[in-house]
Amino acid sequence: MVIERRWKRWVYFYIPLSIFVIGTLFPFYWMLITAIRPDAELYRSWRAVNNAPFWTLHPTLDHFQDLMAKTTFPRWLWNTFFIAVISTGISLFCGLLAGYALARLRFPMAGALGTSIFVTYLVPPTLLFIPLADIIRDFHLGNTPWALILTYPTFLIPFCTWLLMGYFKTIPKELEECARIDGATRFGAMIRIIFPIAVPGILSAGIFAFTLSWNEFIYALIFLSSPERKTVPVGVVSELIRGDIYFWGQLMAGALLGSVPVALVYSFFVEYYVTGLTGSVKG
Amino acid sequence: MAQVLLKELNKKYDEVHAVKDVNLHIRDKEFMVFVGPSGCGKTTTLRMVAGLEEITAGEITIGDRVVNDLPPKDRDIAMVFQNYALYPHMTVYDNMAFGLKMRKFPKAEIQKRVGDAAEILGIGELLKRKPRQLSGGQRQRVAVGRAIVRHPQVFLFDEPLSNLDAKLRVQMRAELKRLHDRLETTAIYVTHDQVEAMTLGDRVVVMKDGLVQQVGEPLDLYAKPINRFVASFIGSPSMNFADVVINEANGAVWAESSGLRIKVPPARVERLRAYKGQHVTLGIRPEDLRLAAGADGDYAFDTVVDVVEPLGSEILLDLKAGSMALVARVDPTVRVKTHDTLRLAMLPERLHFFDAGTEQAI
Repeated sequence: MVIERRWKRWVYFYIPLSIFVIGTLFPFYWMLITAIRPDAELYRSWRAVNNAPFWTLHPTLDHFQDLMAKTTFPRWLWNTFFIAVISTGISLFCGLLAGYALARLRFPMAGALGTSIFVTYLVPPTLLFIPLADIIRDFHLGNTPWALILTYPTFLIPFCTWLLMGYFKTIPKELEECARIDGATRFGAMIRIIFPIAVPGILSAGIFAFTLSWNEFIYALIFLSSPERKTVPVGVVSELIRGDIYFWGQLMAGALLGSVPVALVYSFFVEYYVTGLTGSVKG
Repeated sequence: MAQVLLKELNKKYDEVHAVKDVNLHIRDKEFMVFVGPSGCGKTTTLRMVAGLEEITAGEITIGDRVVNDLPPKDRDIAMVFQNYALYPHMTVYDNMAFGLKMRKFPKAEIQKRVGDAAEILGIGELLKRKPRQLSGGQRQRVAVGRAIVRHPQVFLFDEPLSNLDAKLRVQMRAELKRLHDRLETTAIYVTHDQVEAMTLGDRVVVMKDGLVQQVGEPLDLYAKPINRFVASFIGSPSMNFADVVINEANGAVWAESSGLRIKVPPARVERLRAYKGQHVTLGIRPEDLRLAAGADGDYAFDTVVDVVEPLGSEILLDLKAGSMALVARVDPTVRVKTHDTLRLAMLPERLHFFDAGTEQAI
């Protein structure tokens, strides 16, 4: 066994790791500290005698109260949640069936179809929003949650399909063949055998889809106009920056509350999520 | 309990003709083994019987039903896979009960059948475990148990022992044989291992390149291979082959090559005389060679020992006779060293002759 020198562990492991952790977590800390800092401290000159940018001695919940009382933030939160859950549901449903079909069924052009589904995921929303806006208008869906619920799947379904297709491919096909001999139909084998085994994959696809739609900005900005219909990312930016005035405290409070659900979802399913991405074949 | 009939069975993939005109009658309660090198079509044939592969042409009958268009679940078969295919999210009990639950058996009946199967296989104490907590041999038993609880008409085995280590494989082989004697259910077993085929099968089907080469009882295949492929595939170490020329001299027929001059036994003369002056392939199994004694003159030849492999119960000798290499299986009491000269004799009644062109037995 090679005994590593202590300084090597520090240089190659602890120090890079610390830099990475600080770099990742500092923005969140900054968000938190800004959200609970009173306005007097926030808008103080950087060179003021008692300036302490990295902490505060007078934490306050004023910004949160303002956010809740003076803006429609709770409404935004609900909108975002509603839209994210439904579009994730739709996308997962379609992704499961499409992913299974692409991974398992033999039909002409299966490979080409799989690739073309992936290619649609690569078309950037900045291009796609123009034709989509046209369609949304034609269907009179503008400024309703359905505008987003129906457009998010355009990038969520390809994403879910691909992630799940990869996962299904790691599950030995003998399992469902055996189930089909045991008395299940193909569909029954899929529901009873393959889906339960694919739970980690399904969860990670779901989490990803949920996060993507929760954080989505450009479609939400374009398709929703009235303040009470907005989602958190759009609402915070458009309603809390008035003209050239940034309401930093409320902005950060909103951002904090907006990221809490995502963080919660991740931390609950982190184990599933890792096996979902790395694939897992259990004997 | 049922017979299985394969009639003009064919399977074509885009480019490959995997199974060609297979005709086979697997009798009721028979243990039929398909054996052949990988890619010979044996697994494809089995999967067509199971309903997991489409049939390109031909007909499969199980019992008295043509099953061509029946889905796997309606064919009343059970299959054991090479990788066991246990459902990882279910306990052993649920794995074994799955097929019965799908067929809506009453709960008491399910419990009884799973209990019985578990007892037969000695896995009673594992019923609450998940597959990943089991060893390879235990998984194998669960896979077999899952097949037998259903009391199907036919068992299908797809190389079920090849993921086990050598010792366990021998043990499970005997257990499968015992199980089949006890359950008296028709079984089709696919393997690439000729020892498994010989030991398990009531009859054995040897396949190559999608074609059935020979069907027969194991010892018949061994003693009377129909062509050179079957002769070399069945038996280990495999049969020795020598390229010889047929001549007639002194009122007898001889098979000759450099370093070898063997008299054709009187019983075979009739057919081999037609090959006079032509090349044929002579085959002799390693155990059909013995140390030459005085009376063996016409069947004896000189060899040089190349490698000595003592196995305890016997000794395998790698030998050279002229330009020909061959293997002999001799008693462990024989004392020889590398480079020794050894005079061996072939047992005349055990000689095989094959047409050099068609490779069919003469």
